[in-house]
Amino acid sequence: MKKLFILLLPVFALIGLIVFNACKNPDRTNTTDAANAGLTLPAGFSAVAVADNLGQARHLVVTPQGDIYVHLANSKKGRSILVLHLDGDKTTLKTSFADYGGTGIAIKNGYLYASSNSDVYRYKLNDKNEVINPGQPERIVTGLINRRMHEPKAIALDNDGNIYVNIGAYSNICSDFDPNKTGCPILDSAAGIWQFRADKPNQHYSDGIRYAGGLRNVVGLDWNQQDNQLFVMQHGRDMLHDLFPKYYTIKQSADLPAECMFALKKGDNAGWPYVYYDWIKHKNMLGPEYGGDGVKAADPKFLNPVAAYPGHFAPDGLLFYTGNQFPEKYKNGAFIAFHGSWNRAPEPQDGYCVVFQPFKNGKPDGQWEKFADGFAGTAEQKASGRAVHRPCGLAQGPDGSLYVTDDNKGTIYKITYSK
Amino acid sequence: MKLRKGPLLLLLTLFIATGIYAQVKQVKKTVHYPGSAAAMARGKIVYTNICLACHMADGGGVQNMNPPLISTSYVSGNKPALIKIVLNGFKDDVEINGQKYSNNMLPHSDLSDQQVADVLTYVRKSFGNKASAVTAFEVKKVRALIKN
Repeated sequence: MKKLFILLLPVFALIGLIVFNACKNPDRTNTTDAANAGLTLPAGFSAVAVADNLGQARHLVVTPQGDIYVHLANSKKGRSILVLHLDGDKTTLKTSFADYGGTGIAIKNGYLYASSNSDVYRYKLNDKNEVINPGQPERIVTGLINRRMHEPKAIALDNDGNIYVNIGAYSNICSDFDPNKTGCPILDSAAGIWQFRADKPNQHYSDGIRYAGGLRNVVGLDWNQQDNQLFVMQHGRDMLHDLFPKYYTIKQSADLPAECMFALKKGDNAGWPYVYYDWIKHKNMLGPEYGGDGVKAADPKFLNPVAAYPGHFAPDGLLFYTGNQFPEKYKNGAFIAFHGSWNRAPEPQDGYCVVFQPFKNGKPDGQWEKFADGFAGTAEQKASGRAVHRPCGLAQGPDGSLYVTDDNKGTIYKITYSK
Repeated sequence: MKLRKGPLLLLLTLFIATGIYAQVKQVKKTVHYPGSAAAMARGKIVYTNICLACHMADGGGVQNMNPPLISTSYVSGNKPALIKIVLNGFKDDVEINGQKYSNNMLPHSDLSDQQVADVLTYVRKSFGNKASAVTAFEVKKVRALIKN
């Protein structure tokens, strides 16, 4: 017996060694869940990564023929629009073109529209939705302000031949341009959505209409077909605590202001930089730069959001789901891709998810819910803001599948439902 | 019997050695900076209150927006240029390791010479940086140059 014990001692030692070493390293990266490409989804849904390492993949669009046009923020080898062909759960690179990086991309009435950070272009498509002359786009809009901050020109098109272009504020809260608080001077040419004709070449500011203003920055926007109305997601202001520590705690500054969904009509003013929305109090507040103190409400003339989300989540994609693949409750509701926060530090960062907002009769109805999560990786990677993947663009495939881009690693996810 | 003791001893030694290694690894290394420990401590407070919101606790910055403070000549290089960024703010395009960063930095001229010196000493010796300390006198000189 003793002999057997001695014989087995090395085995025990080996087991001990393995267990001990396995326990001593608590910060080891968890292996990502290979199922669902690392994402967590509601029951019945599954996800696969149909493309990887594309670069900074921003917005995308999927054609009925199964081609994906994805726009990269920075062109790779002089090409910024990639055309991938879907074959089940895999894609192959079909071609690439466009020497300008950017975010916006959309298809409407036989044309592919795409934006750089200052211009909008369009390309004629053939009957298979393929670009006929990738080297010769028609420039639709030109000379939009691009001062590095909030520079992406996200786009959406309506059913009456118009294109809507976001021109973000090149400032957090305009204090650098309005030191005496006499009125923010940059609102005439930025911080709003401009409307242009979708078919007229070389339009400048003077050819367009400032459709809605007081919007700090919009990246996610979509045309709601039920309402025949433009919906946008605003990125709320930063630094409430850093700039006004006497009115806002660090925690309040992480949670506020809201990221807002607005249903826009021509002439609307959402109030930036004078106003921000408090999603806990459910009201528009007077900004501290203009006499607010965290308690004073804003002038009621400013537009209220139709839905609001936690601070700094950074909504970069908006899509109204019109497909038939997902369960009935998703039909005509909104998916929102949240890129994830940075201005929550030193509080844990958050966001990095795709949210579903239920709609009824063309209006948000009920509480939003997290639809797809896990893009960031581990809890630690999420809290520190060192997220592995960051959701950005959303698109619906011909079969009703949902596509999500990630502009950090360049992954495209395909999310499907089966009973 | 003797033959079997060999592997047993080897495994026991390995077991103990890795155990000790694990223990040692878990003890946080205290880093000594001769003569500047106090400056480092003060600098960390300034960093936490002023800089962390944008440049993050790990100094890694934010993708596309706020530049990292790690392995860049902006931080570890010329001291007057670095001091000037803190005092005047920064509106230039920054490219570090092929990545562009575009957020504007506000001026921090309201900080005292000592606070600027402390926070820059902290930044130049943290996040893997190993550059020299910054003194209040050096900050004072740059501040005077900017004013003139």
